[in-house]
Amino acid sequence: MSVLVFVEGLNGEIKKSSLEAATYGSQVAQQLGTTTTAVAIGDVQESALAGLGAQGVSKVLYDSDSRLNQFVADAYVKVIAKAVEQENATVLVFSNSNIGAAVGAKLAVRLNGSLATNVTSLPKTDGGSFTVTRGVFSGKAFADVALTSDLKIVAIKKNSIDITSGEGTATVESISADLTDADFAATPKETVMQDTNGGVLLPEAEIVVSGGRGLKGPENWHLIEDLAKELGAATACSKPVSDMDWRPHHEHVGQTGITVSPNLYIAVGISGAIQHLAGVNSSKVIVVINKDPEAPFFKAADYGIVGDAFEVVPKLIEAAKALDK
Amino acid sequence: MKILVCISNVPDTTSKINFTADSKAFDKNGVQFVINPWDEYALTRAIELKEAKGGTVTVLNVGEADAEPNIRKALAIGADDAIRVNANPTDAFFVAQQITAVAKENNYDMILMGKESIDYNGSQVHSMVGEMLGIPSVVPAFKLDMVDDSTARLEREIEGGKEVVEVKLPFVASAQQPMSEPRIPNMRGIMTARTKPLAVREPVSAEAKAEYVNYSKPEKKGGVKMIDPENAGELITLLRNEAKVL
Repeated sequence: MSVLVFVEGLNGEIKKSSLEAATYGSQVAQQLGTTTTAVAIGDVQESALAGLGAQGVSKVLYDSDSRLNQFVADAYVKVIAKAVEQENATVLVFSNSNIGAAVGAKLAVRLNGSLATNVTSLPKTDGGSFTVTRGVFSGKAFADVALTSDLKIVAIKKNSIDITSGEGTATVESISADLTDADFAATPKETVMQDTNGGVLLPEAEIVVSGGRGLKGPENWHLIEDLAKELGAATACSKPVSDMDWRPHHEHVGQTGITVSPNLYIAVGISGAIQHLAGVNSSKVIVVINKDPEAPFFKAADYGIVGDAFEVVPKLIEAAKALDK
Repeated sequence: MKILVCISNVPDTTSKINFTADSKAFDKNGVQFVINPWDEYALTRAIELKEAKGGTVTVLNVGEADAEPNIRKALAIGADDAIRVNANPTDAFFVAQQITAVAKENNYDMILMGKESIDYNGSQVHSMVGEMLGIPSVVPAFKLDMVDDSTARLEREIEGGKEVVEVKLPFVASAQQPMSEPRIPNMRGIMTARTKPLAVREPVSAEAKAEYVNYSKPEKKGGVKMIDPENAGELITLLRNEAKVL
């Protein structure tokens, strides 16, 4: 019996969301009185893998096959399934990323496991049960879900676990799953990375600065970008803004866009339609800046400023600059 | 080309969410149901491909009879026929098994659905179906075109970028914005939908693997603290010293 965590790399480092998954896995292992192993694939530096010891991981199984530098679901599933078997894992932990949810679902079928995605809590394990809480109804509610198979698979919602940082180094061992050409049938032809405006990925961001129609046009987006830069934040937008092509669709936050759960969400010129709220309402702190005092978003906010974005945001940028000094 | 589009019947996006008194089930009282918005992207793209290349679009719902108005709406938008698996969907594994059973009987060239449902937000069913059928699943895709009669080209979202994937038919894909612009059914569509076939079949035997035991709602926020716009910079200080998020 052990807990196995799948960690994802980006530019040689381990993604923040995977460090959260590793922390979660170690805490579950402690609960169950067992050890935590990680499995990593593709472009991750060995020093980053060994560093997972800080999150309580004792061993990392690493497949360095360069064909795995791009995500190919079937190949990833084969490597992780091998790791599950080798470690006799009874709990398998992912981050609730596009990769984590897809691979977790395939593994649930292949290994006859129970799967819960979007998980926000450590499991309750009284009396042999394994019950986790997950976000449902687009953040408007939570559900407690009992996983009933021998293998429990969970995908952890981003920013719902504080990363621990302890002593220790994980040992790194190689793993190979005898991958064949057939496993790479859906290999991407091309990968295009977005301009992340300072390197902060929206789904991983701890702070998000988001703009709506109140910005009046794409030519005014420098206000959002400048504030985001000062705060080390990712930028985002409301649906009407991406529909009007002021901003790319991958910045659209909301019910049918990206769901985010940062520590701080700053909404500028967004009135707060219920579909937008569904994408942000699990943010820890919400700030709303809008010149309409009746904007519904104020009801969901922790801090609010009734004012014109063109006057308020420059003041925030100045104050943020002063903080750094 | 035969396309299967799986749709969920979900609470309208503006619905207030409530649960039964014992907190064990969603309370449907007074709630309007719609086609899951993500599924509408898949449905519309399937209809666009049919219009351009020929073929058929079949709509599949795993759900009870109260889903039929939205199944008819999908037919009114342009699907050719529909299947309803008559069951209360208990979890993703159960739903994936029902879709797989229908797919195995009919040899679809592609199976499309939304990237998740706005009620259970699982993002699981598409990948489970791909695995059960032993065919590739490309998720979540925001662009889908045919390269030739046997190959599709999809663009899928990855954290921080996109990937272009070409796959041979058959395959499973999940859809997200901006794969298509959802359509509103016109009067002619609504009239013809009434006569299009809607088959009802009983579910295959499948066990659920995740049991929903309790529902709850997030704690209410403590109210908003308003800041004078003249002293907007004070907000930054509060975010650092009071909220401790900077």
